Amino acid sequence: MPAPPPPPPADPAAPPGLAAAPSPGAVEVREGLHWIGALDPGLRSFDVILQTELGTSYNAFALRCSAGVVIIDTVKAAFTAEFLARLEQVARYDEITLIVLNHLEPDHTGALPALLARAPQARVVLSPRGLPMLRALLGAGFDSYDIGPVTTGHSVDLGDRRLSFFTTPYVHWPDTQCTWLEPDRVLFTCDLMGSHMCDARLFDDLVGDFTGAQAHYYDCIMRPFRSFVTTALDMLEPLAPSLIAPAHGPILRSDPQAAFRHYRALTGARGAGRGAAAGGRSLLVFYASAYGATARLAQAIEAGAETEPGVHVSMIDLQAQELGPFADLIEAADGIVLGSPTINGDAVRPVWDLLTRLADVETRGKLGAAFGTFGWSGEAVRLIEARLQGLKMRLPEPGLRVKMHPSEAELAEAHAFGQRLAAHLTGRAEAREVDFAELASR
Amino acid sequence: MDKASLTFADVAITVNVPAGTRIIEISEKVGAGITYGCREGECGTCITHVLEGAENLSEPGVLELRVLAENLAGKNDRLACQCRVLGGAVKVRPG
Repeated sequence: MPAPPPPPPADPAAPPGLAAAPSPGAVEVREGLHWIGALDPGLRSFDVILQTELGTSYNAFALRCSAGVVIIDTVKAAFTAEFLARLEQVARYDEITLIVLNHLEPDHTGALPALLARAPQARVVLSPRGLPMLRALLGAGFDSYDIGPVTTGHSVDLGDRRLSFFTTPYVHWPDTQCTWLEPDRVLFTCDLMGSHMCDARLFDDLVGDFTGAQAHYYDCIMRPFRSFVTTALDMLEPLAPSLIAPAHGPILRSDPQAAFRHYRALTGARGAGRGAAAGGRSLLVFYASAYGATARLAQAIEAGAETEPGVHVSMIDLQAQELGPFADLIEAADGIVLGSPTINGDAVRPVWDLLTRLADVETRGKLGAAFGTFGWSGEAVRLIEARLQGLKMRLPEPGLRVKMHPSEAELAEAHAFGQRLAAHLTGRAEAREVDFAELASR
Repeated sequence: MDKASLTFADVAITVNVPAGTRIIEISEKVGAGITYGCREGECGTCITHVLEGAENLSEPGVLELRVLAENLAGKNDRLACQCRVLGGAVKVRPG
């Protein structure tokens, strides 16, 4: 075997200090399994939503089996040359029999076209949900490759090794999956359990402290899919891997079971209220009020909701406190009701600020509703409802709009509105029937 | 005009609709939790569980069948932006 070529040069875009650090070549993870990914110390923003002051890595792997070479994931397109250089240190392109794509996001598939151009004979396997994304990525070339979907229970016999697949959707895209290597007991989790942290030492027992980076990654990327994360952990933890290889950040080899426990702890409830703790349902009534009218509606809605057994209701003035903790409360709650006056034809800023934060938590399927008073036009309620629908909530009750200060009759209507919302939480809501024509104004 | 009924289990409401109505024409107006992406049968976002009355829906086309298969849909799952209620009663919930 000829002497390996020199490792790729350090990233010239890296900040001062990091540029001088040597960049590794292919790194052995297990016998026959090499890291061939890329280091990106200069990355400062990921997916728009996440600041990455520690940079990141794109972890890709080459696995040599008796039946050929397998490539597991690739790297972001800008790092194609160094990915291919590392791959070439451990394998020839004509040896590649299989390419596993655990996730189709461009930071992991950027080098795929270049890889396939060099190894067109390789079979490509991925989750079925990834097929449309792969079609879009490869364009007209899609039909010229051997591409096949795999799901939980599928495996590939590679002679002295076996790869099995686990469909783990929405961690954090529909297409995400994990791959399990035997007999080595290595679990490739792609973005799940990943961290945005660039450290050429690669392994969790060698790199600096990454718990903050992993928690931040979870908060920004995975938390909106919390229930899917716990489902994936339930499926993967019993495998008892000897090593967990995420697609970003440190490779977890020192104590994989502890790594699972630590990650599961990140998914724990942060803002569970009394309703949830008592096994009942929780409803949060948020409001902002300029002259007290919307606040009076909020009080009536709260009082009505409280009459439903098994529902704990909290009323929260959005102007009185910091909005940050409310995302935690909403994550744990079963339903939210948002009240806003209409000012300048819009809902007020604290309401929009709160609604913006809800993208950080899992809102799908929660109950939502809106209410508010107005003087002239009353657009706020419908605008809030549209956003709540966009957050994938269910809105069983049309929003409550009242002109000026609520009368006694209108307060009674608000009381009944609250009662009905709470009944929708407990499953005791009265079934309604309407004709199509009645919906014309909605 | 032939009539049908469409029930959204997650918001406890039944809507009497003209035969041929697509679920997408109704669900957002009643606040049901079915969500939509492309709204034209490609993305799979609106996969919906049909709890009752699947036989009262229009047959899926080739593209809908492919999208359902790629999204590992169950046998009573349909795309809400595509299927039409042809008669009788249909009951659905978000997928």
